[in-house]
This record gives sequence, structure tokens and C-alpha cells, in this order.
Amino acid sequence: MDRSLKLLSFSAAMNVIASPLKPADVVPRPSGASVVEARGLGLTFKTNDGPVQALTDVNLSIGKGEFVSFIGPSGCGKTTFLRVIADLERPTAGTIHVNGMTPEQAREARAYGYVFQAAALYPWRTIEHNVALPLEIMGIGKAEREERIKRTLALVNLSGFEKKFPWQLSGGMQQRASIARALAFDADLLLMDEPFGALDEIVRDHLNEQLLQLWARTNKTICFVTHSIPEAVYLSTRIVVMSPRPGRVTDVIESTLPHERPLDIRETPEFLAIAHRVREGLRAGHSYD
Amino acid sequence: MSAIAAPGAGTGLEPLGLWARLSSGRTLPVLSILLVLIAIWYVAAFSLNAPFQRRLDGESAPGGTLAFVERTLNQAKPTLPSPHQVAQNVLENTFLRKVTSNRSLVYHAGVTLSSTVLGFVLGTTLGILIAVGIVHVVTLERSLMPWIIASQTVPILAVAPMIIVVLAAVGITGLLPKALISTYLSFFPVTVGMVKGLRSPETNHLDLMHTYNASPAQTFWKLRLPASVPFLFASMKVAVAASLVGAIVGELPTGAVAGIGAKLLSGAYYSQTVDMWAALVAGSVVAALLVTLVGIASRVVERAMGARPA
Ligand SMILES: Nc1ncnc2c1ncn2[C@@H]1O[C@H](COP(=O)(O)OP(=O)(O)OP(=O)(O)O)[C@@H](O)[C@H]1O
Ligand SMILES: [Mg+2]
Repeated sequence: MDRSLKLLSFSAAMNVIASPLKPADVVPRPSGASVVEARGLGLTFKTNDGPVQALTDVNLSIGKGEFVSFIGPSGCGKTTFLRVIADLERPTAGTIHVNGMTPEQAREARAYGYVFQAAALYPWRTIEHNVALPLEIMGIGKAEREERIKRTLALVNLSGFEKKFPWQLSGGMQQRASIARALAFDADLLLMDEPFGALDEIVRDHLNEQLLQLWARTNKTICFVTHSIPEAVYLSTRIVVMSPRPGRVTDVIESTLPHERPLDIRETPEFLAIAHRVREGLRAGHSYD
Repeated sequence: MSAIAAPGAGTGLEPLGLWARLSSGRTLPVLSILLVLIAIWYVAAFSLNAPFQRRLDGESAPGGTLAFVERTLNQAKPTLPSPHQVAQNVLENTFLRKVTSNRSLVYHAGVTLSSTVLGFVLGTTLGILIAVGIVHVVTLERSLMPWIIASQTVPILAVAPMIIVVLAAVGITGLLPKALISTYLSFFPVTVGMVKGLRSPETNHLDLMHTYNASPAQTFWKLRLPASVPFLFASMKVAVAASLVGAIVGELPTGAVAGIGAKLLSGAYYSQTVDMWAALVAGSVVAALLVTLVGIASRVVERAMGARPA
């Protein structure tokens, strides 16, 4: 009783604030400037149990310098979408452009850094050599390599752990090392698939803060997959809500939060309003099946 | 200070010393098995050699039962030599002869060892090359794999003389023909292990290379090869033992005058059973040595590659 009343008054308060939150695809964006541009994008996996529609009719354009979060229940195609951008999967319908090129060309131009859900560090390489891996492959000289390793490890607070092997680090430290690895070659686009999914709340808060600072400082474009509503709202300039079977975009929410975001912004009504809208979007997607 | 510095001091484990280490380690179980085996060996040696000893003694058997047992276990050409005879032969021919002497086991083991090592190196190299081919060229897997498997179903004892004779006809004799038989036996486990190892990287690790737009060569050197190292060493342990078998088998049909195989053959020819068994012991020692060496190499390399100390 009490609870539902509270909820009611809460959503009433919500409506007042919710009005400026318009779905982003109402606002057309100049396609020339967009980093990722998907039109009618679809991907169907052929499996032994028949076709699986991982993505259908995704229309999305992500501008330079945006921080876009993807949120949705398991199996709604978040990872698949990121993998399409990264040219790790080929779409079966529609078009997608990355920096105005095909994903393959963009990959060949080393346009993005990818952070997998698991840290995926090479166990036989020390932390510094793991960070050096992309630099070696891209043919960057030793002196510059060392300078960049030093800089990116400092960025993720891992200075002093250069000579350690991955198993000597905690899960959170490993994930930070894998972020350092993605940052080391300074791509303008970062694709991050639930990078903080396995971490505890405190470490997560800390890394969220650091990621925001990094983003503000470098003007990178970031695509970020998460299951956590607060995380999505705290980080993003836009939140893409997805729903499964078939995987599709059900809502795109523009954040009205300022660029400067201390952690306690998460207690403000504005923050909660956006969080509520995301939750509603997720719920709508669920009631679909 | 010193009380803190010595770890484990005062924990009550100290006074047990040697006994604790024996019973907790592998030494004690291995030793007990050895004792049991030696006992069984003595019983078998006595029962196998006794009939001949009875015939030899005829009607006039001197002494009592104990003397009979002693004579039975110390025949010059026993059906099954007793452990102390073999031990004595091994020790004499290992430590009391010049290494260049034809009777020295060290000399014979050395001959076999050199062709084993050459064959093992060739076999490992060949095995790795074939595996690299199979992993990178799809058609190679389908065309080559059946032949590779078929090659191992051919009994080596039948093939070895042919290889030796054919090679001798084209003027290749000595170390190489024997080594080639070792190669023949040792490349197979390495191929199988390396194919598995080169394919062992997780999808994540491979995808990472793809996102960097790494070339196949870069993916090979920086991912597939390091990932395959544990598989390589595991298969090398099998391969080195197979190489030794190959080298010994290769010495049998050549009428070779040196090597553990030659020693076995001449022992059989002259019914020098004690010599034969001594040669067998030498062979096992060499095998144990080789497998241990590969094990040590594997531990050194894997430690350098950041393996968690066990
Ligand atoms: N390689 C594949 N082959 C076949 N089906 C796949 C493949 N990869 C993903 N799928 C299917 O596509 C759908 C979307 O998967 P995806 O991994 O993109 O989901 P997700 O949103 O990232 O889920 P999660 O939150 O659990 O990570 C799922 O139904 C999944 O089973
Ligand atoms: Mg996923």
C-alpha cells in the first residue's frame, strides 16, 4: 500500500521533469559528423536450432564525443551491436558506417579500442607487455611504447604493477589493465562491453568516475554496454534501451545531466528521473513477450 | 630476530626431519613399490632358473637348499637373471670401464642417446612444421592428417630395416638412419599436441588480435605460439620417449656394433641374458633422464612465461 503510493507520487514528480527528455531519434543528426551510423541494421545468426534474430532494424547515429550506453536484458543484442561496429560480426541487413567507412575499413584504420567483458589479458605477458601488445602490432617504436605504457597505466592507477603477471592482480585490476590496453593506442572510439560487470560497487564507482574524467579530458566517443541503470545514467550523454527476441532498440534517452558529474549527483531528482525513464523503457521491453 | 626470520620454526614440524619428508613426499611410495618389484623378481628368477639348475646338478647336489638357491640365482647364463646380477653388471660396466671401451654401458648409452637426440630434434621440428601447416591451410588438414595417422599404424619393427637398407643403398649410414626412425616415431605426438595447442587460444584472445588488424603472422607469433607452449612440452615428453624406442629399434636390424639396441641383440645372440638386462636398465635410465630433462625445460620456460608456481 504504502509502497505503491510512494511510487505513484514519485512518477508524478517524474512527469514534470520527464518532458525535456525526448527520444533522440526524433532529432535528426548530421550523418557526416557521426562516428557510428546504423540504418535498418539487422543481424540473424544461423544456428542449428534455426535462425536467431540478434538485431532487427536498428537506427542509430552516434556523434563525435558522445558517451552512449546500451542497456537491456540479457540476449537483446548489445554485445552483437558492439561486435558489428568492431567488424567482429557481419550484419545481414541494413547498413552501418564507422567514421564514414565500412566497419572493416575502420578496423583496418584502427579506429577503435575494444574492451571485452572479460579482461582477456594474455596470461604469459606481464601487465606492461599486455598493454604493449597493440603497440607492438601497430609498429610503434620502443621508446614511444614505454612512454605510452607508463602514461596509460598511470591513468588507470596501475603504476607499480608493470612487471606483474595477470594472475597476480585482482579482477578489478585486471579489468583496468585491459582498459589501459585499449587506451594505449589512442583510438578516438572506445567500445566497452560490460567492462565493470564483475566488480564490486565501490571499485565500480571509482572506475566510473575515472572513466568520466578520461572521457571529458580526451573527447573520445564511447559506446558502453551495461546492465546497471545507475551506471548508464551516471556515465552517458545518451542511453539506448534495447529489448530481446528480436533484439531491437526500444528507446533512446537523452541525458540532461551536466558534463561535470560528482558521484553524489546520483541522489539528485534529475538523476532519478532519468533512471526512472530507463527503468520504464526496460519494463516495456520485458512485457513484450 | 632470528626466531621471526625462520619460517616454520617452532611449529612442531621440525624434529620429524627426514622421516616427515620421506612419508609426505613421493620417495617412500616409490621405494616401497621398488622393494615389492625386486621381491617378485627374485621369486620369478628362482622359479625360472631352478629347473636348469636341477638338471645341471644332476644326482650329486652339493650342499643344502640354501646353497641350491644361491647357485640358482647366480647362473652364468640364467633364463631370468636375478636383480643383484643385473645391478652388478650395470655398476661394473658403468663405473669400472673406460667410456671408450666396447663393454662400457656409458659408451653404448651415449651412441643411442646421440641418435635419440638428433631424431628427437628432427621429429619435434617436423611435428611443429606440420602442425603450423595444418592450422593455417585448411586443405592440408584434410589431405595430410589421414596419412599422418596411417603412418603410425605401420609397425615400426617392419619399417625400420627397410629404411636402414634403402638409406644404406644411397650411401647414408651411421647416425642419420637410426635418427630418422626416431623422427618417424616422435613427430606424431608433437604434431597432434601442437595442432591442439595452436588452436587453443580463446575466442576473446583471437578477437582482440582481429580488432588490432593483426596479420596472420603477428597472430601466430604473439598469440598462437605462446598459447601452444604447454601443449608442446606435454607432447615433447611423449616424443622423447618414442625417440629412444626408435633409436633402439633402429640399431637392431643394422647389425650395429654399438648402442643399447646392439647390446640387446648381441646379448640375445650369445644368450648373455645378464648383459641384455643390463642394457635394458641402461635404456630405462636414459629414458628417465630424457623425460626429466624435458620436464625441467618445460618448468623453466613456463615459469618465464608467468605460470603460477604450483
Ligand atoms: N555467435 C552466435 N551464434 C548464434 N547466436 C548468437 C551468437 N552470438 C549471439 N547470439 C545470440 O544473439 C542474441 C544476442 O546476443 P548478445 O550476446 O548480443 O546479447 P547481449 O545483449 O550482449 O546479452 P548479455 O547481456 O547477456 O551479454 C542472443 O539470443 C544470443 O543467443
Ligand atoms: Mg553481452
